[in-house]
Amino acid sequence: MAAKKIYETPMLDVLEEGPWPSFISGIKALRDNHENQFINDVTSSLLGQLEHSYETRKGYWKGGTVSVFGYGGGIIPRFSEVADAFPESKEFHTLRVQPTPGNYYTTDMLNQLADSWEKYGSGLQTFHGQTGNIMFIGTTTENTQTFFDEINEYGWDLGGAGPCVRTAMSCVGAARCEMSCTNEHAAQRWLVNNFTDDVHRPALPYKFKFKISGCPNDCQNAIERSDFAVIGTWRDDMKVNQKEFMEYVKTKGRQYIIDNVITRCPTQALALGDDDTIQVDNRNCVRCMHCINVMPKALGVGDDKGVTILIGGKRTLKIGDLMGTVVVPFRKLDTREDYEEMVELAEEIIDFWAENGLEHERCGEMIERIGLVNFLEGIDVEVDPNMVNNTRQSSYVRMDGWDDEAVKWFERKAEA
Amino acid sequence: MAMADMRPPIESGCPDGFQYMHPTMRRNFGLWKYHTDPRPGVLCHVAKSGEKIFTVKAGTQRILDVFTLRKLTKIGDEYADGFIRFTIRSNIEFYVTEEAKVEPLIKALEDEGFVVGGTKNSVTTLSHTQGWLHCDIPGTDASGVVKSMMDELIDEFKNWNMPNRVHMTTSCCQINCGGQGDIAINVQHTKPPKIDHTQVANVCERPSVVARCPVAAIRPAMVDGQPSLEVDEKKCICCGACFPPCPPMMINDAEHSKLAVWIGGNHSNARGKPTFQKLVASGIPNNPPRWPEAGAIVKQILKCYKEDARDWERVGEWVERIGWPRFFELTGLPFTKYHIDNWRGARASLNASTHIRF
Repeated sequence: MAAKKIYETPMLDVLEEGPWPSFISGIKALRDNHENQFINDVTSSLLGQLEHSYETRKGYWKGGTVSVFGYGGGIIPRFSEVADAFPESKEFHTLRVQPTPGNYYTTDMLNQLADSWEKYGSGLQTFHGQTGNIMFIGTTTENTQTFFDEINEYGWDLGGAGPCVRTAMSCVGAARCEMSCTNEHAAQRWLVNNFTDDVHRPALPYKFKFKISGCPNDCQNAIERSDFAVIGTWRDDMKVNQKEFMEYVKTKGRQYIIDNVITRCPTQALALGDDDTIQVDNRNCVRCMHCINVMPKALGVGDDKGVTILIGGKRTLKIGDLMGTVVVPFRKLDTREDYEEMVELAEEIIDFWAENGLEHERCGEMIERIGLVNFLEGIDVEVDPNMVNNTRQSSYVRMDGWDDEAVKWFERKAEA
Repeated sequence: MAMADMRPPIESGCPDGFQYMHPTMRRNFGLWKYHTDPRPGVLCHVAKSGEKIFTVKAGTQRILDVFTLRKLTKIGDEYADGFIRFTIRSNIEFYVTEEAKVEPLIKALEDEGFVVGGTKNSVTTLSHTQGWLHCDIPGTDASGVVKSMMDELIDEFKNWNMPNRVHMTTSCCQINCGGQGDIAINVQHTKPPKIDHTQVANVCERPSVVARCPVAAIRPAMVDGQPSLEVDEKKCICCGACFPPCPPMMINDAEHSKLAVWIGGNHSNARGKPTFQKLVASGIPNNPPRWPEAGAIVKQILKCYKEDARDWERVGEWVERIGWPRFFELTGLPFTKYHIDNWRGARASLNASTHIRF
C-alpha cells in the first residue's frame, strides 16, 4: 500500500544519510510499504508535520485527556495543532506500557506486540522512554482502548503518566551481572505492584518513581532519577582472589595496578603488597565498586548482601536537580518479611508526601522545604550519621532537646 | 459504546521478567562469577556453575518501526537464542551461549545496518527524549540530534578509545528528561515567554501557573480587559516551566531557543559520589537537521578528554583533576559570567581556597 498523500521532506531526508540507523528511513518504510492503509497515512502525515517542525523550529503537539476505561492515566494524549495541513495524524497518542524489570523479552513476545500494534497503531514504538515504559507511539483515541484491551489480555499493563506512581526500572541485574547484590526483579515488582492503583489513577502531588540498581555502579541512574532508589550493596568483606590478582599484576604491570586500582580507591582502603597481593581495609571500604570494575576476576562483592535506600532524587523542575538522600543505610532484602517492610516504608513515604507535599512538588523538594529531620519524624525513621556528608555547620539552631536525643542514640546503640 | 460494554482492565502491573529470560540466566540468577570483554560490543559472563553467556550489544534508531523491530527479532531467532533485552540507553542486547555464534550474530546485525558496540570505554548511544516527533513542549528534536551525533561518533561507539565510558544525553527542554550525562546537549531558552493573552483565561489554571514559576516572576493581570498573566521579565530566568501547564506562555522560539552543552554528570558511585552536570557552552544555534555547531563542540570536548584524561576518569573527574581554567584552555571554549552559578546553594560551587593551577 502507499500513503494517500506524500509530503516533501527535504530536511528529514538529510537524516537518512550517514552510517547510524535512521528513524526517518524507518518511518518512510511504514509510509510506503506497510499493508495497513492507516499506517501509511498516519506516518506520512507525521513526516509532514515533523518536516514542518524542522523548518519552523517549533513543536506542534498539544496534550489533552485520553485514557482507557477504568484508568485515569497511562496515555500521553497528542493532538496536532496543524491538523489542517497534516490531517491524518491529528490524533497521535502514545500508550505507556510497563516492561519487566530489566527490560527482558523473547523475540516471540516482541513479534506479538508488533502484531497487535500494527493492527491498531502507527507501527512506531520505542524501547523505552526515559521513565522506563515501552512507548507505543501514535494512535487514535478509539484505538488506545482496543490496543490496550488486546495486549492487556496477554500480560501487559499501562504505566503511569501524570501525578502518580510511575513505571519502575531496574538494571540488567542478577540475571546477568556478577556485581548484583539483590534481586532487582523482586524488589521492583514488590514495590511498584503494591501501588497499581496509584499508577493508574493519578492523585498524588506529582510523579513518584522507583528505580533499582543491583550495585553502587547504579547503572539504572536510581540516585539521580528516582524518588525511591534501591541500590544493592554488601556489609561483609569484599571477595579477593589473590591468585587472580597476582595474574593481573603480572599481565598489566605494577605501575598500572598502582595508578588504576590502589591510588584510585576513594578511602585509601587498598594496598599493594611486596608479594604482589592486595590488602583491603574493609572497615573503610565504601563499596564504590571501582576496584571490582577494574578487575572483576580478582575482586568481587561480599556475601552479606542487602540494599541502601535513598529518597528524593529528581530532575530540574522546579527547584533544581536533587540527588536522593540515604534514608536506609542498609537493610537485608531476602525474606518475604524483608520485602514487606520495604513496601511499608514506601507506603509511609508516599502517604506522608501525599499529605504534606505541595501541588507539583516532588518528594525530594518537600524534604528540601521541610528539612530531612521533619521528614524522618514523619515517616518514623531514626536519624543515622550515614545520612549526611558532614554534620551541621551553622550554630543557629535551637538544641534544648539535646540530652533526650543523646539518650535515644545510646539506647538505639544498646539495642543494636 | 455504553459503559456496561466496556472491558474492565486487568491491573497486572509490572510483569514477571523471568518468563522472558534466557534459560542460562534463569539458572544462574544471582550466581555469576565474573565477566570479560572479548571485543567492543561483546561481554562474556561466567557463572559459578561454569556456564557462560555472551552478550552482543547493538545501537539502533530507538524510534523503531515494526519492520526494523521484526528485523531485530528475526536476527534474534536465526543468530541468537531468541532472548533479548534493551538497555536504559535503548541499545538492544542479544544473548548466545556458544562462542561460535558471536561473530555470525555480529555480522548479521552489521549487514542489516545496526551498529555493534557501546560497551566499556566507548561512547554509547545518547539517551534521549521525544522532541518534535511527539512531545508537547519541545524546543528541538531529539531523534534527529541523536542520529546526527551518532553518525559523527560511530567509531567511538564501535571502539574502546575513551579513558572511560562516555554517557551522552540530550533534552529538548530545561526539565531535562534526558537526565545527567558525561556530556549533555540541552535546550536553553534565552528570552521570556511571549504571552497569547487571548488564550490564557481559556486554557490555563492561572494560580497553578503562578505557583509553577521557580522565581515568582509570574502574576495574574488584566490585559486588554481579559484575565491573563504577566511576567516580570527582569526576574524571568527563561526556564519554560510555565509553558507545560499553560501553552499560551510561548517559550519556544525559532531563533532564541538555543542549545547548551553540559558535562560531568555521572550516576555511578565508583571512585567519587554521583555528580550533576555542569555548564560548559551555550548560545549554540538550534540548527536542524544536523545541528553542526553543537556537534563540533561535543567532538572538541571528546577530543580533549580522550587526549588528556587518565584511564578510568570520567569526563567530570578529568575536569576536577585538571581544573576548570585548563578545561577552557584545552577546549578553546569561552568562560563567561553565565558559568558562575547563582542558584540556591551556589556558593558551595565557588573556590574558597588558594588552590589555583599555574
